[in-house]
Amino acid sequence: MSDLLSLTAVAARSALDKKECSASELTAAYLKAIEDTADNNAYVAITADKATDMAKASDARLAKGEGGALEGIPVGVKDMFCTKGVETTASSQILKGFVPTYESTVTSHLWADGAVMLGKLNCDEFAMGSANETSAFGPVTNPWTATNGDLMGKALTPGGSSGGSAAAMAARSCLLAPGTDTGGSIRQPAAFCGMVGLKPTYGRCSRRGIVAFASSLDQAGPITRDVADCALMMTSMAGHDEGDSTSIDAPMPDLMAALSMGIKGMRIGIPDEYTLDGMNPEIVALWEQGRAWLEDAGASCVPVSLPHTQYALPAYYIVAPAEASSNLARYDGVRYGQRVEGATLDEMYAKTRGAGFGDEVKRRILIGTYVLSAGYYDAYYIKAQQVRRLIQQDFLTVFEQVDALLTPSTPTAAFPLGEKMDAVSMFLNDVFTVPANLAGIPAISVPSGLSSDGLPLGLQLIAPALREDTLIRGAAVIEKAAGFDHVATGAAS
Amino acid sequence: MTKNVSPLVEGRTGPWEVIIGLEVHAQVSSEAKLFSGASAAFGAGPNEHVSLVDAAMPGMLPVINRFCVEQAVRTGLGLNAQINLVSVFDRKNYFYADLPQGYQISQFKQPIVGEGSITITLSDGTSRDIGIERLHLEQDAGKSMHDQHPSKSFIDLNRSGVALMEIVSKPDMRSAEEAAAYVSKLRAIVRFLGTCDGNMEQGSLRADCNVSVRRPGEPLGTRTETKNLNSIRFIAQAINSEVARQIEILEDGGTIVQETRLFDNTTGQTRTMRSKEDAHDYRYFPDPDLLPLKLDAAWVDHIRDTLPELPDALRARLLDQYGLSPYDASLISEDRAVAAYYETAAAGQDAKIVANWMTVELFGALNKMGLDLADSPVKPDQLGKLVGRITDGTISGRIAKDVFALMLENGADPDQVIDEKGFKQVSDTGAIEAMIDAVMAENADKVAEYRGGKDKLFGFFVGQVMKASQGQANPGVVNGLLKQKLDG
Repeated sequence: MSDLLSLTAVAARSALDKKECSASELTAAYLKAIEDTADNNAYVAITADKATDMAKASDARLAKGEGGALEGIPVGVKDMFCTKGVETTASSQILKGFVPTYESTVTSHLWADGAVMLGKLNCDEFAMGSANETSAFGPVTNPWTATNGDLMGKALTPGGSSGGSAAAMAARSCLLAPGTDTGGSIRQPAAFCGMVGLKPTYGRCSRRGIVAFASSLDQAGPITRDVADCALMMTSMAGHDEGDSTSIDAPMPDLMAALSMGIKGMRIGIPDEYTLDGMNPEIVALWEQGRAWLEDAGASCVPVSLPHTQYALPAYYIVAPAEASSNLARYDGVRYGQRVEGATLDEMYAKTRGAGFGDEVKRRILIGTYVLSAGYYDAYYIKAQQVRRLIQQDFLTVFEQVDALLTPSTPTAAFPLGEKMDAVSMFLNDVFTVPANLAGIPAISVPSGLSSDGLPLGLQLIAPALREDTLIRGAAVIEKAAGFDHVATGAAS
Repeated sequence: MTKNVSPLVEGRTGPWEVIIGLEVHAQVSSEAKLFSGASAAFGAGPNEHVSLVDAAMPGMLPVINRFCVEQAVRTGLGLNAQINLVSVFDRKNYFYADLPQGYQISQFKQPIVGEGSITITLSDGTSRDIGIERLHLEQDAGKSMHDQHPSKSFIDLNRSGVALMEIVSKPDMRSAEEAAAYVSKLRAIVRFLGTCDGNMEQGSLRADCNVSVRRPGEPLGTRTETKNLNSIRFIAQAINSEVARQIEILEDGGTIVQETRLFDNTTGQTRTMRSKEDAHDYRYFPDPDLLPLKLDAAWVDHIRDTLPELPDALRARLLDQYGLSPYDASLISEDRAVAAYYETAAAGQDAKIVANWMTVELFGALNKMGLDLADSPVKPDQLGKLVGRITDGTISGRIAKDVFALMLENGADPDQVIDEKGFKQVSDTGAIEAMIDAVMAENADKVAEYRGGKDKLFGFFVGQVMKASQGQANPGVVNGLLKQKLDG
């Protein structure tokens, strides 16, 4: 087959069944694509031998007619997932050299379904960032470049924290990419790179074996080329796990069936509070367009109110650092990862953590430690939890009237790498994505158009807990209406 | 009898009241740890019982051990305490090399067990109720060893993640004796419940003592906390030394510093470990890896319905069913093995005599031999039989002690010893009458004195007859016949 890299996962899986190509050929094409696009710095480890072996095993199973749902599909894994026998660092200096003896539950599901592991993908350090610039491996470059305007010729961010994953998907150096999303880390980079990104309901995907950032917010989910691949991959990743106490024991709706169900009669809410002061008119226009597409498909769109939305970002930037400050305490140089010796135990801690963590991680550990400290706990942490409950309640109330919400995925398109930005401006990238994490509900970003600069923009659908099927139905409609078939300039071919 | 008056300590300048509250850490009897499924067994080689969760490997998550929860509920019920159907696990954050996660999972604001109480009995036979403030579940830390290498510390994570119950009393105790009685009683309860083995030497049960003193009727004084006491004797010593230290400081016009202290068991004194200023800010917050623990009321009721008999109920039954003295009943009801031994020994025998033999002769002998009751050479049915031979007149009480001594040596059956050694006591009235006649003939002067009104001499005659029989005459028969002959 001539153009293996242009196949979606669903199409490639079908081609494998029809013997139009072999898993080994497919994997070889992707390993070559990784080499061809190495400049974007998406991969931090390439497991070529492992990939080749897994592809051979896939071919053997396919020959016997035994292939799984993802048989032979090449996957790039965000470095937040622990992978047995493959160095896992969360893109942090402090975990350099750490090779897990165990596999995360989510990646185990992918391998059990026959997927092939290509390597590990760059991300923001401990998934803390929105531009993939906090990684100890250096930034990732977005395969997309501006075709118009001031941004022409500038290297752009792929977004973060799953920047390496979204960039590799856009560069066609992997065919599926599991990401993790704590405040938008799947959806924002997917939007910046013209990919589909789904953050499922909290508890859908086991967190076991995923390096923890903020435990009550972290969720794994798929980054894929289209909505059908998203449905396929989401189904594989999800599932109850007794090794994660917050894992949900509820059946996943049939997402493949949802692809073609349409949205006739569905009620879609347009939340007033997602209109920001001075919002980019292109984003406003895209949002309007999305509403029209949904109405054309038979849904009715109504304005709704989520009154506590403005408090989501501040609450998030208390809860997430608080949990992170505690979750990252285990990186102390005692048992694994990097150690810098000191004369005393305290000195060893200080030197190890001082050298091992980057500035953004240190900033969040400091914030988290501060908001949990005696005398500040009630004013910050408790208050943020109260706000979080109000935000959850906002969604519960609004989902009594509507089936899903439509919002932009991000306030802007991808911005230049290295752009001097203060921490708060960087945090604003997550303004549309954070509420779904705080409420634990599923949300998807679908590529919906290009900016005047020629960069991808995404629309986000948000659904009630456990209704990933609603997201897939709506996203399939938007995908079809938008007809987004653009390919990044930096994609392998 | 309930005692309400606080015992006071007399200082140089007047009386002081002592206020004591205890935090007891009891290791849950469970095969697996609280959140990891790794073995919780004692005595393995270093780091042999460590799972990925216990070592806090990246991405590893805690999953609650249902059995440990059941054990905590059972203990709460045994303490007559409120069971909280919803409780929350919190993280207690601090850095230490043997704390792999950088936090201990504990329960802070919403413990699994709320208020309860236990009744203690003191040596004077009086009893007092001591309030329980709460019981919560938490993880133990690992162990640091600083003496294995000249410049490095070694870490053993076998204990890391083992389930502990922290049982906090109200500040209801007023003396070291009460504190000791409280810990003894608590230990008895958890042992009866099978929720903690109560082995203080191995560290399965250890106590932190909060002590303050005040003038009677005054507000509470500043307290100190003495950590990690692992024997009841040390608890009493630490409290007494701390009380003396605090009174001396206050009487010299000083003030007590709120601090954590350590007990040195070689000197019997406490010393400063860290002051309040050095206290950690533990930054407690609910552990987001664990959902609130919700218990089904019917499940709790089922545990309540299947509780074993507890020390208080057993003690009441011993008083009622066997007619024991309060002291013997308390002693025997403190340990289920002791009670089981007793009840087997006492079956069909004179229960009070069995209790006496057990608490005095048997315990005394085992103590000397350094043996536990479980290893006693004299089995309970043998002790019962021995008492039976006394009450049925086969041997006298004095001879029984000789028989008992031989039983201790080789675990022999009492009847066998009596037969082999010819200890069977003489109840044949003819033989005894002959001995009496001989004694009276030899001591005609004393017979005359007795008959002249010197009643006290009766004992002398009994002694002479017993001596003549080499102790084997039945004392009851001797008494009866002597009386007849002397008075007749």
